[in-house]
Amino acid sequence: MTHIDEPADEPIAAAGRYLEYQAIDTGYRAVRWHEKTLYEQSRPGSTNAILPPVEPGIAALVGDVVAALPVAARRARPPEMPELSEPEILRHYIRCSQMTYGYDSGNSMGLGTCTMKYSPRINEQLAASPKVKALHPLQPEETIQGILEIMYGMRNWLCELGGMDEVTFQPRGGGHGAFTDACMIRAYHHARGDDHRDEIITCAVSHPCNPATASAAGFKVISLYPDEITGELGIDALKAAISDRTAGIMMTAPYDTGVFDSQIAEYARLVHEAGGVVSLDQANFNGVMTRMRAGDLGADMVHFNLHKTFSTPHGSYGPGAGAVAVKKAFRDFLPVPVVEFDGTKYRLNSDLPHTIGKIGTFMGMVPNVVKAYAWVLSMGADGLREASEWAVINNNYLIKKLLEVRGLDISWPNRRKLQEARFSLAKLHDETGVGTLDFNYRLADFGVQTYFESHVPRIVPEPVTPEPTESISKEDVDQFVAAFHHISAEAYSNPEIVLTAPHRSIVHREIHDYENLTQVPFTWRVWKRTHPDG
Amino acid sequence: MSAGLVHRYIPNTAPGVREQMLAEIGVGSVDEIYEEIPAELRFAGRLDLQQEPRSEADVAREITAILGKNRTTDDLLSFLGAGCWPHYAPALVAEVMGRSEFLTAYGGIEVNDHGRFLAVFEYQSMMGDLLEMDVVAAAVYDGTTASGDAIHMASRITGRKELVLPRLMDPDRLSALLNYNGPWFDTVFVDFDPATGQMDLADLAAKVSDRTAAVFLENPTYLGTIETQVQEISRIAHAAGALLIANVNPASLGVLAPPGQYDADIACGDGQPLGLPMSCGGARLGVLACKNEVRFVHTLPMTMVGILPTTVPGERAYTWHALFDRIFYGEREAARSFSGTSSFLNAIGAGVYMALLGPSGMVELGRSNMQKAAYAAARIGAIEGVKAPVFAGPHFNEFVVDFAATGKSAAQVNAALLERGILGGKDVSAEFPALGAASLFCVTENHTQSEIDRLVDAIAQVTR
Repeated sequence: MTHIDEPADEPIAAAGRYLEYQAIDTGYRAVRWHEKTLYEQSRPGSTNAILPPVEPGIAALVGDVVAALPVAARRARPPEMPELSEPEILRHYIRCSQMTYGYDSGNSMGLGTCTMKYSPRINEQLAASPKVKALHPLQPEETIQGILEIMYGMRNWLCELGGMDEVTFQPRGGGHGAFTDACMIRAYHHARGDDHRDEIITCAVSHPCNPATASAAGFKVISLYPDEITGELGIDALKAAISDRTAGIMMTAPYDTGVFDSQIAEYARLVHEAGGVVSLDQANFNGVMTRMRAGDLGADMVHFNLHKTFSTPHGSYGPGAGAVAVKKAFRDFLPVPVVEFDGTKYRLNSDLPHTIGKIGTFMGMVPNVVKAYAWVLSMGADGLREASEWAVINNNYLIKKLLEVRGLDISWPNRRKLQEARFSLAKLHDETGVGTLDFNYRLADFGVQTYFESHVPRIVPEPVTPEPTESISKEDVDQFVAAFHHISAEAYSNPEIVLTAPHRSIVHREIHDYENLTQVPFTWRVWKRTHPDG
Repeated sequence: MSAGLVHRYIPNTAPGVREQMLAEIGVGSVDEIYEEIPAELRFAGRLDLQQEPRSEADVAREITAILGKNRTTDDLLSFLGAGCWPHYAPALVAEVMGRSEFLTAYGGIEVNDHGRFLAVFEYQSMMGDLLEMDVVAAAVYDGTTASGDAIHMASRITGRKELVLPRLMDPDRLSALLNYNGPWFDTVFVDFDPATGQMDLADLAAKVSDRTAAVFLENPTYLGTIETQVQEISRIAHAAGALLIANVNPASLGVLAPPGQYDADIACGDGQPLGLPMSCGGARLGVLACKNEVRFVHTLPMTMVGILPTTVPGERAYTWHALFDRIFYGEREAARSFSGTSSFLNAIGAGVYMALLGPSGMVELGRSNMQKAAYAAARIGAIEGVKAPVFAGPHFNEFVVDFAATGKSAAQVNAALLERGILGGKDVSAEFPALGAASLFCVTENHTQSEIDRLVDAIAQVTR
């Protein structure tokens, strides 16, 4: 494949109707440092006096405790880590950060299912306060009343928003939240002597963590596919899947396709009637806050992603937080501890009769709870409603505009979508050879965040799944659409530009040329061994 | 209710934009779109919550006032550890973790997120050096889930159904492991030597068999002792065809034998000691590593950043795409995993920490923790009626103190210490009744001699 760096965009723009080109001509050229790894910059002998010295009185009393260890218990040689001075290290990481596209870096509406929204900095400041950072989770309750008050406050918000009765903040992410649900479902049936219930029903357009965590918890998984016309599961399909082995259903609502399954309450009723438990994944909650409550639909348990809907930053891929909320009947199965309030004092209760125990250490993702709490205070119920409305308006505006792009279609076109939609570039691919991956690489050239294609299974071919949350402006959507028009025109007139993209990004596209993963270096020590010449 | 609400976090709430966009969509109001939700399922009530948005200043004032009710380890002299350790957190770590791009990135690809992938690759690499393991996951949620992942790997690799765990284990970790692994394993416990807290090798040899998928070794142990028999444990496990999983504290590895040195197959642990704040137990980094063999790498249930070539000869792409096929994003239920969004930002922070300390700093860190804890244990043990450390033999940075002979319970001692502005150790007397009025104290490099002496004096007073 030949490489065209810096293709002549301007003539293409001038030749077509693409005045929009001005909208996407952000002047973007990626910061592209030829940055070596810390290892390649290492200068042996460099040290940084970060740690306090050991006082002579201590050393005198205890002696060389390391030398006293048996040889087999002692490290034989120092670790072969890089050695650099503090300013050099900072400069390296600054450069790495410059070569990273954060939400704040630009138009970040591409990453559907991720709910990329603005993370307010006041929330970061509050969570970074020594009053949070310097707390130990095992301190006596009377010394952590402030943090417990915030956790309890956030619990109340989530109960109200979800129509639920109790909350745990123990899950460390959305997948971990789904896993918590799966463990509770297992414990619930076990407590009733129903261990034979070993099947979880899910839907192929639910997030992959639903089937994966059910499987990790020991369940067999039955995946149903959405109807081609409605995008819904359908009563008949569900009825056929339900049996006396049904432990429950774990599904996402709305779906990753943006379709809200109108029969969901009926599914819940059927699963309950069969003795099963209903777990709803609220990863896509952002479009429906204050408009629907999982508890009202019949859900027994739900998980919310604080790092999506509730604005806590995504942290380059975590730490997130998956708060799980349950109905009263499942309170006793929650992981411990839960936060309680007696009208005077907050306390941690670990004494739940059927608790599944722990799924992670301590009290959960406390800093993220502080951030999420600050966010809901900033929004109020009115603000939450407004945010959801804008997530939906932005998305429907995007749909309207994006469908004017040549070669692009939408899945389930007869359905209105809520927070996101799954588009397809199959037509473009058939007509030009440019697929969604090529398209996405080209998009990166315009200083716009790339888009999420799709989870698996890829029911929609050559998929595109953006999500313009309430933090996105109309101008951002217009810019994104203009970039799509431009790239589509390139695909039809000069596909080579798209097929060889990116051209103005940090690196070029990766090549997957290996037989198995042991041939891919995941550490420098392996790279060094396999690439002696650098 | 919301018409006309202009909110600082929602750019389109500026006047006039809503009408324009709704007109483009072709609807009169957003309610028409919400008709996708059947009327009977739409929430029509009023939430019993604060309705109005608040200004930034009001939010700051209110939350600062609430948080002010906390008494922190800055206000109190703390010796609590037990899985969340009070190490020094260098300024540079917070600076890099606070960089907006790292803080707010998420699912970009190698061409626009080169920098975060490079930073994570370097974390993996330095952790690999520390562990002497070739393959390191980008990050899993925390140390507990990392051990759950390690055990799942052992199950898939060996197809065996028995898991050998040390009896001296953090009960919380054990509870979590039973959640992760309950359906897949029968659990067998190995006794500990009551004198040293180390594994009872004869019992281990008796319990490991051809049914054993893995032996799970904790080093240091939950109660702070250093396991010195690592070579023998490794030999016993491997002789039976079982895997050895080593759960380690990365802060100890400058001085203690790394898992690679005793041929551990999988290593796990929590990276919080590497410059991450305690944050009430909420700042964690699950460390997971393995040998570079197909059976391990292909069952590791989490993303990793690797180096791939690009279309330009000589260029390196740091990318996580080499792996998506075997985690739940690629395999759904076949992946049998529970890790999605994990803790990359904490991995980047831990990388900064390891880079700052370098090899000599990591050695110094390990030595300093051991020396200071040994000093504290020796001085506390010299107090009349107080036994410390309860276990003979070397400790890392935690040790058990038994107050039974003073007639005081661990809880009573802690309450009296708190009156003196000191947070004593974690009361483990209920978890391990055989150890007496036992409390687990933690002393790190960040405790000064005078702070330790203050603790010793206070214990002497309150146990008198």
